[in-house]
Amino acid sequence: MQLEAKNIGFRYHQNPWLFRNFSLTLNSGEILGLKGQSGCGKTTLARILAGYEKTLEGRIELGGAPLPKVGYRAVQLVFQHPEKSVNPRWHMRDILQEGWQPDDELLARFGIQQDWLSRWPNELSGGELQRFCVVRALSPETKFLIADEMTAMLDAITQAQIWQAILELAKERDLGILVVSHEKELVKRVCDRVIELDSVHLERNSFIS
Amino acid sequence: MNQLNHALSLEEKPRKIIRFNRRQSTLITILSGLALLTAIIAASFLMSDEAIKTHFEARNLSPSWQHFFGTDWLGRDMFTRTVKGLSLSIGIGLLASTVSVIVALILGMAAATLGKTVDTLISWLVDVFMGLPHLVALILIAFALGSGAKGVIIGVACTHWPNLTRIIRAEVLQLRTSQFVQVSRHMGKSRIWIAVQHLLPHLLPQFFVGLVLLFPHAILHEASITFLGFGLSPHQPAIGVILSESMNYLSVGMWWLAFFPGLSLLVVVRVFDMVGDNLRLMFDPHSAHE
Repeated sequence: MQLEAKNIGFRYHQNPWLFRNFSLTLNSGEILGLKGQSGCGKTTLARILAGYEKTLEGRIELGGAPLPKVGYRAVQLVFQHPEKSVNPRWHMRDILQEGWQPDDELLARFGIQQDWLSRWPNELSGGELQRFCVVRALSPETKFLIADEMTAMLDAITQAQIWQAILELAKERDLGILVVSHEKELVKRVCDRVIELDSVHLERNSFIS
Repeated sequence: MNQLNHALSLEEKPRKIIRFNRRQSTLITILSGLALLTAIIAASFLMSDEAIKTHFEARNLSPSWQHFFGTDWLGRDMFTRTVKGLSLSIGIGLLASTVSVIVALILGMAAATLGKTVDTLISWLVDVFMGLPHLVALILIAFALGSGAKGVIIGVACTHWPNLTRIIRAEVLQLRTSQFVQVSRHMGKSRIWIAVQHLLPHLLPQFFVGLVLLFPHAILHEASITFLGFGLSPHQPAIGVILSESMNYLSVGMWWLAFFPGLSLLVVVRVFDMVGDNLRLMFDPHSAHE
């Protein structure tokens, strides 16, 4: 299966185009890196690919069809700030099981302890919360994972733990992953292929794949 | 060793009895507050109507052991009247403020989630009701429905929702764009499910604060339209009726007619406020574990 962006373009209101005629293909089982400076549109691109934002030009296709608008989405996005993507008034257990029921084995792989489940989000650290957000997005129905600066806020050890668990799982399930990051080392380390998002570059070059 | 243990346990015991943790003391505050409110209501049913009938032999008595709050110019026992009046006022206030809070909750959520047309319509309604002075709208509604408790309740309920609706609409608008709601949409959850599961818990504090703030408003408005003659009949022992009647007798030096009922109203409102505050403390995750 492929997640494809075909000649997409986006801008906020009447601001200059963030990118235009941008195309990208993400295959199942592939780990693709997306690099770029701050403010060049990485997050916007990630949101468009996951269906959080509508593209103004071109289209996004999942396995040859447009992204579905209802039901559990096969393309899941993990945000940079975990504390914003959990409801502060829910217990961690409910947050974790919102989309599906992860088994204990998977929780152990991501280093989630059982007693964290009965806590509130404000009683966990950023790294601990992000583990929940990742596991929450990794239901068996998820085919593509878009990691938008997923570990940028975390310390090196937590980063390594999370990425190791994800890469293992990606291999097992043939997941396609888009790693959006400004950290060269991380991208070089985990990705099979890297593309650079550079707004000037994008306007000139119509095609990157 | 045994002796030591014994001594230690002796020392521990009295502390255990006196000290409560914060959760327990919050719970105790809530329960005792509710107990007081129910006691007032229960007492009003248990007290006979005999004491609030006219007794010309016991007119204008100042507070004594026989009549805690004194008697009025018709010889009616003010303590009984106050308790009965409070319970009526609590009932009307609670009912009217609950209805207006629920109306505000539904309209606020509808305005923020059901699209532009609904939003415009509800915002317009809010503006209309806010532009109209409370009392005028209240008198109109109470008059149209005929005076009595029904008119007062519906009147108060229909005029007090706009402020809270605005607040809830703004809150929902902000929540709707939050990441966890967007994530929930992508987990395939329906709008109604999200409204109930994600949004409602965030609106609970507004709900309780709104209820607590509206409660005295409702009672005072009930009192004022009763005073103006559009509300409850003067024979009913409502606090509003008592207060407005007693105004005529203040200059004669019958201070207890207004003082005790007014003080009781203040206490009830304050107790209600306390219960609301403590409930909020228990529900809010940021303080629930303290």
